[in-house]
Amino acid sequence: MKSFSDWIRQPGLLNAVPVGLFLLVGFAGPLVLVLLYSFMPPKTFTLNQVPTLENYLSVVTQSYYISFGWSLMLAVITVALLLVITYPIAYGMTKLFNRWATLITILVALPLLISENIRLFGWVLLLLKNGVIDGSLQYLLGVSLSGLLYTVPAVVLGLVYVYLPFMLFPLVIGMSMVPDSLKEAASDLGASRLQIFWEVELPLSMPGILIGSLLVFILSLGSLAESKILGGQVIVMIADDIESAFTFAQNWPKGSVLSVLLITLSLVIIFFLFRNIDLDRLVGRR
Amino acid sequence: MNEVPLGFLELRGVTKQFGEFTALDDVNLSISEGEFFTLVGPSGSGKTTLIRILVGMDSPTSGDIALRGDVINDVPANRRPTCMVFQNLALFPHKTVGQNVEFAMKIAGVAASTRRERALELLELLRLPADFYSKRINQCSGGERQRIALARALAFDPEILFFDEPLSALDFRLRKTLEKELKDIHRETGKTFVYITHSLEEAMVMSDRIGILNHGKLIQIGSPDDIYNRPLNKFVAQFMGEVNTLAVDKAGTGKVKDSTTGSMYEITESGQEFESGFMIIRPEVMKIGNAADALPNRIQGVLFNDYALGSRIQYQVRSADGENHWLVERLQDDPFSGNAGEPVTIGWRAEDSILVPS
Repeated sequence: MKSFSDWIRQPGLLNAVPVGLFLLVGFAGPLVLVLLYSFMPPKTFTLNQVPTLENYLSVVTQSYYISFGWSLMLAVITVALLLVITYPIAYGMTKLFNRWATLITILVALPLLISENIRLFGWVLLLLKNGVIDGSLQYLLGVSLSGLLYTVPAVVLGLVYVYLPFMLFPLVIGMSMVPDSLKEAASDLGASRLQIFWEVELPLSMPGILIGSLLVFILSLGSLAESKILGGQVIVMIADDIESAFTFAQNWPKGSVLSVLLITLSLVIIFFLFRNIDLDRLVGRR
Repeated sequence: MNEVPLGFLELRGVTKQFGEFTALDDVNLSISEGEFFTLVGPSGSGKTTLIRILVGMDSPTSGDIALRGDVINDVPANRRPTCMVFQNLALFPHKTVGQNVEFAMKIAGVAASTRRERALELLELLRLPADFYSKRINQCSGGERQRIALARALAFDPEILFFDEPLSALDFRLRKTLEKELKDIHRETGKTFVYITHSLEEAMVMSDRIGILNHGKLIQIGSPDDIYNRPLNKFVAQFMGEVNTLAVDKAGTGKVKDSTTGSMYEITESGQEFESGFMIIRPEVMKIGNAADALPNRIQGVLFNDYALGSRIQYQVRSADGENHWLVERLQDDPFSGNAGEPVTIGWRAEDSILVPS
């Protein structure tokens, strides 16, 4: 057993102090504040009140489950669509495209330099009634597709478009960790392409798949701009409700309750997803 | 050259080109069933290309590969009744030892209980305790992984088992042990083994026959004894290890002349045509000191240094004319008593001169 004074003098621990302080003030601090506010009486802006569960009760009895439901469903749909869309791209980038893979990387990463809202407004111009798509179709074919914008599919399109890099790059990394010799060995032992995929490629690229899915899921769950800009009033996602509570309604405690519930939901899902999965063990490093 | 019937695995005029570069140049080879055949060559000799073609991971630019008389050029690796032990072993890190060994059987649709039984049999054959069955690959040592890779390949029940230098990453002692084990397993299973290595010494220990590959060409095929005692050229002779090499010309019956100094040496006529080329004398047949006095081929020199090689001691002698360095070896328990810098006589018998064309 090390004594406390030995333990505190470890170089690793000392080196971690600056970043630890930074995280404490910048990350843990605000979270604690949100948690504290969620127990304050409605519409108060101070933390010196008597704690109460009133906000939790009011949130549970109101219809917030609808926006939670939309957020959850859209996050799941986005993850599923992105897995299907990016897996072939990632496969091509790691195995087939060679030097063209760099070009694709740049093309996928470049839009990240432009504000998400501006990119989404670009989609608005495309999908708008009498916009680029609708107007072109009217002019060229005489057909009108006026109902593209402000629909649930438009929101899904926005989510898939915005979060594509967050799925693609982890998948590329995951796939590049599968050595070619393992696939050759599987083939040599009689495995067909499909069997190689199930037995070797998929399990070994699982860390990339899980990390990509998790990133996209958490980001979509807390997304706001897509439903507001491309969805109009057709749906309200939970992040939208949180924003309204903090700004329009000036009810910080209620916004805090919704935030705490969203964070808890994310944590529960992450816990269940990763409970039985040890990433190192998955690829045989431990 | 060999009594067993040939033609189990046949290569006819196999050539492989990568752009301008010829990796394999008209390779003709016939391997018989149950044989332990080793292809030996330095790096870049084309041996990896050849084994990839044999396994089905690559195809020849021209020429045919036939198994039991059927041309299998276009049969992909997963349809060939052959299997390879990879240089890096290519064990599946996300599967247990048992799952690795059972892989081919799982692919073939063998029932789980039968698979397990067979896997345990193979682990026993490869001297691995049964509790390895549920171990993870990264819990196993290098030698254990080697055996697991072999078990996995044997579980496929291949007609031919290929080996791509699987022992090259192991330490000397373990390599020596596994070389012998591999030969034992070859005996026990009766399968055809085709092994590639850069080490002729390794090939000698295990093989029934050896093929020497250099610059994509098969230079000599023969038993370990043929390769060792009757090398076809200087490359094969020097590939085995350190030898004394002298450029010579034929100078009448039973005699050759040193091309540079003009000294005459006695040889035994082999019946083969020889005009000019090289005379090879292995260090272990050379005699030093009194033992050399009565020999027909003698050289006066100065003892330069001695090197302990384990079971033998090697002496370097520089000839008096300064033209050549000679290597002489004696058993470690029978050392030569001379000191460095002293004049010494070395010599060899006429029948120990090996002549190869240049």
